[in-house]
Parts: sequence; structure tokens; C-alpha cells
Amino acid sequence: MFKYVIKRLLIAIPMLLGIALLTFILMRLTPGNYFDALKLDPQISKETIAHYEKLYQLDKPMFVQFMYWVKNLLHFELGHSFHYNIPVSKIIGGRLFNTFVLSFASFFLTWCVAIPLGILAAVHRNKMIDQIIQFLSYICLSLPSFFLAMILLFWTSQSGALPLGGMYSPNFEDLNFLEKVVDILKHLAIPTIALSIGSIAALQRIMRGNMLEVLGQKYILTARSKGLSEKKVVYHHALKNAINPLITLLGYEFSSLLSGAALIEIICSWPGLGSLMLTAVRSKDIYLVMASMLMGGFLFILGNLLADIALAKVDPRIRYD
Amino acid sequence: MIKQKKYLNEFDIALRGFRKNRVAMLCVYTLLFLYFTAIFADFLSPYSYKNEDRNYSYSPATPVHFVDEGKLTWPYINGLELTYNEYHARIYQTDRSVKHSLKFLVKGDEYKLLGFIPTDVHFFGIEGEGRLYLLGADSRGRDLFSRLLYGGRVSLSIGLIGVLISFSIGLIIGGAAGFYGGKIDNLLMRLCEMVMMVPGFYLLLALRAAVPDDFNSVQVYFSIIVILSFIGWAGLARIIRGMCLSLRERDYVLAARTLGVSDFTIIVKHILPHTLSYSIFAIMLSIPGYILGEAALSLLALGIQDPFASWGNMLSDAMSIVRIKFAPWILWPAFFIFLTVICFNVIGNALRDALDPMLKSEGQN
Repeated sequence: MFKYVIKRLLIAIPMLLGIALLTFILMRLTPGNYFDALKLDPQISKETIAHYEKLYQLDKPMFVQFMYWVKNLLHFELGHSFHYNIPVSKIIGGRLFNTFVLSFASFFLTWCVAIPLGILAAVHRNKMIDQIIQFLSYICLSLPSFFLAMILLFWTSQSGALPLGGMYSPNFEDLNFLEKVVDILKHLAIPTIALSIGSIAALQRIMRGNMLEVLGQKYILTARSKGLSEKKVVYHHALKNAINPLITLLGYEFSSLLSGAALIEIICSWPGLGSLMLTAVRSKDIYLVMASMLMGGFLFILGNLLADIALAKVDPRIRYD
Repeated sequence: MIKQKKYLNEFDIALRGFRKNRVAMLCVYTLLFLYFTAIFADFLSPYSYKNEDRNYSYSPATPVHFVDEGKLTWPYINGLELTYNEYHARIYQTDRSVKHSLKFLVKGDEYKLLGFIPTDVHFFGIEGEGRLYLLGADSRGRDLFSRLLYGGRVSLSIGLIGVLISFSIGLIIGGAAGFYGGKIDNLLMRLCEMVMMVPGFYLLLALRAAVPDDFNSVQVYFSIIVILSFIGWAGLARIIRGMCLSLRERDYVLAARTLGVSDFTIIVKHILPHTLSYSIFAIMLSIPGYILGEAALSLLALGIQDPFASWGNMLSDAMSIVRIKFAPWILWPAFFIFLTVICFNVIGNALRDALDPMLKSEGQN
């Protein structure tokens, strides 16, 4: 298992470098750099800009620039953010954490709601309750998350029930630990709900399908014919086998979660990686963009790896040798 | 005379099953209607997408009346009077003394029907001074209804063209990887994984950064399609590859090879058609992704630029909560996005159910 994990991580390195190179080329396809906007400012002398361009190797050819970046990467430096004027690694850590908080909250909510709903729908197949769940899931699946976020923000602006955007209240520093947690949870509510509704619907449908497939198996018939209670059949025999395939999805889910989170972050002004990425792209803060992309890719690899490990833990038939 | 018995192939059977699904057929008709309104947007809309009157900024809808003083009359709308309250906020009041009757085939903004017939006749509208706002106006006093029709052109076509491009790439790359296997397969699949590894939205932003600022709106439109297709092909290529890996071992492929058919012909003519049943519903289920992708980009002012309309950039107005409060009708584009997406989802799932026997026989699951 350990060997397998190491191997997977080693394969990931060239791919991450590939992503960085791709991002770098994309950012350099259009002419100009971050300092172009500053060149228009008469208060900043040409010498100053030339000095900075030299400092960050922006005057060198493209390939040389990239190699400088790779060299820095070997020292665990992700480059310098022009916009924030501090090393990229200092900004990205906090933002990554915020995105992680949001994604995890959404993930938690999705699984806690979707799995029971899926079971409920499968057990009551084609009955009233199943049809209601399926109807609602179609609607939720098709509801754009940004629309949902807008509506929720509007609703809360009218009712004042929840804070409007951001992650902390202005008086956050004065609160004690418990109040701080409650404050963040309050801010978390809207983006999490907006992000989760669609994935709840999707996961619910998959869970229902899996459950129905498992319930049609022969060993379920055996379990029933030996007189087990329906509860025991569903929760003891069927559930585990129905959930296993979902774990593989988990890794991919995580990547799409990050992607969806980006837009919601921007709309709800949640200070995460997605909103950072948008400002970075807009201001051509090239190393910040590359680092954000790398982190996105890294989280994806991590998510997939964790999913594979989790699958091996719960399903004894799977071995990585 | 001997009656010829008509044989139904698998597709006919699947189609028959699909037709029985009433909800799905309703969605098909809804979509056809939406595409129809998009194609004839310039004829069906009372105003052009850039016909603005800033005196009517965020004007509410002007309801069409059918009854006047208790009697049924030809449909008409009342005029609007603009006043300001003590905070200088705009207040629109209905002016009952002014009546504009609704007319069909009225002259209005000039346009080219279907792109080549120059005309200025609109399906309906009003003549004279007043403005007809079926659903209200946007910030510049442009008719929301007209812009919705025009916006449909962008939003609805991006899905179709985008899916065509990314499916062509996905089929070819997936087919080649599955057919050749070995090193080519390895290389192509690593490429796929690289694209899939980055969260889609991040890649979308990075790709958008590569589009020059001086592109005109048509060029931006096509670059958005290319960008969206670039993100979409990888997932499909992987699945097609998996199917091709098993298909290439079939006897008829061996037969074709023995006859000396070229690799390209084998892939395109003998292998890819067998992935068709999967592709059909996968196409339907992936179109919403393109529509939402365009909407997301335009929402952040990175997509279709004003004055051109798309459902996404019309919604960017709604990013401010205050505007939703005073002009809730700016959320209409979101409803149309929702309607389109749900239609594609329902059709896609219905197709999957109808094609299920074929999918099973072609060796998936």
C-alpha cells in the first residue's frame, strides 16, 4: 500500500509540472504583464518598473522565466505575487484553507443528506415519496448554483437572518473561540447550501440506482428468505455494497466541488482560492495563477488517492500491489 | 401482393420507448420552441438588443390590458410616467390617460431576417412614443423580453457547437487511445488526466486569460466555445477509450484489418459507431455544462460583452442585491437557463433509459 501511494505521488509530479507549464504559456500568450498597468501611472518612473521587471526576470525570454520558476519550486518557493507584493506561498495557504473549509462543509452536507435520501427513495421505489424525491432532484440538479446563491443572498438581505457574504464578522477578533466558530458557520451557511443542492440531487440519484441494483441481487433474496427483518436487510446487507462504488466517485467529486466552489466564492465573496484566482487572472499576476492551478491539481490528486485508499479499507476485495 | 414486414432496428425500438415518455417529449417541444424563438429572435422581439432609452432605466413591465372600462377591447398598454421621490429614486407610475394599442407586423428597428433578408417588420410592438416592456427593462432601458430572445441565440448555440467540437475531439482521441493501446494510449490518457486534474473553473479562467483583449464580440464568442470544448473533451475521451479497448478485440475489427482497411477507417467506421448509443445521451447530459459555463463567464464580465446579449451577461446585473430588490425581473434569464438545463437533463436521462438495452449489449457494465 505504501509503495502504491508513493508511486501515485511520483506519477503526479510531471503532470503537475505540465499543468504549471500550460498555465504559464496561457498567461503569456497575450502580450503584457502585471506592470503594464503601472506604466501608465506618471508617478512611477520607468527605472522603477525596469528594476522590478528585472527583479522578477520578466525581461528574460519565456522559457528562461519558466526555468527560474521551476528552480524556485525546488526550494519550495512558488514565486512572488505582484499584486499583493508578498511571496505567493504566504497568500495561498490561508486561501486554500478557506476553500477547504467551504468544500468540506459542502461535502459533509451532501453526503449526510444524499445517502439517506437515496436509500429512502430506493426502498420506496416508485411510491409517492420516491416520486417526490425524484421530481425535486431533477429541479435541484438543473438549478444553477449561482442563481441559488443570488436568491439566498437576496433572501437573507431582506430577512437579515444570516450575514451577507464574506467569512468573518467585523468584530470577529473580539469573539471567544465558540463565538468565532458560530460566526464562521453562519457565514458558511449560504455558500454551502448553494454549492450542495446540485450535488445532493446528483449523489442521491446515483445512490438510489446503486441501492436498487444491490437490492435485486440474489444474496438479498437469501437474506429475506431466511426471515431477516427488512431493516436488517437494507442496512446490514445492502447498504455497504451500495456505498462502495460511491467512494470512487468521491475523488472526482472533490475536483468538481472545487470548481463549483470557485464561482460561489466569488458571488458570496468568500475569501477562497477561487476568488483569488479571479483577481490573479484579471491582474495578470502570473505566479499566483500558476500556484492556484497547481493547488487545484494537487487537491484533485490527493482526493483521488484518499478515495482509493478508503475504498481499499472498506472493500477487502481490492488490493493495490 | 406480399406485404413487406418492417423490421425495427435497435434504434427504432429505443426511439419508440423514448416517444412514450411524455415528460421527455414535452421537454423536446419546449427546447424546439426555445430554439425557434432564438432563430427568429429579431422578428419576434419588439426591439433590437441594443435599442435603449435611458429614461426608462429599470422600468417595470407594462402589463397588456384586454379589458377597458369593463369592456373587452383590442389589447393595449398604458404609458409610463417617471417621477422622483424625495431621495431622487425613480418611481414609475402608470399613466392611464395614454394608451398604446398593440399592433402586429409593425415597423421598428432594422435587421436581417435569417441573416440575409433586410427588413424592419417586427411580429408585434407598438407605434409612437411609448415603450413596450413585456417583462420590464434593464439598466439602460432596453427591453428585457427582446434581449432574452437575442440572448437565447448565444446561450443555446454555445451548447450545441461546444458539444460538437469537444465530442469530435473526445471520440477521435478516445478512439485512437483505445485502438492503438500501449504508448499512444498512455500518452493520450496522461494528457486527459492533466486536463481533468485542474478544477474546470480554474482552467476556464486561465484559458480566458489567453484570449486577447482586442477581440471583437464574434471572436470572443468563438473563443468561449473553444475554451469550453477544451475542458469538456477529456472526460468523454476516457470513457470512449474504455469502450474501444474491448471493441477492438471483436471479430469484425480483425476482419477489417485482414482486408487491409486503414486504421483511421476502422476507428471511424467500425469502432466509433458502436459507442453511439452512449454518446447520444452523454451529449444531451453535457450540453448544460456549456450553457452554465458561458453563463458563469459572462456573469463575471469575462464572456459576451455588452451591448450583445447572452443570458449570462444579462444576469450580471443581478450580482448586486439592491438591484434584485428594486427590479426583480432581471432574474428572468436565470429562469430560462434553468428551463433549458432541466429540459436537456430530462431528455438525456430519458434517452439513457430508452437506450439501456443497447448499452447493455455493447458490453458496458
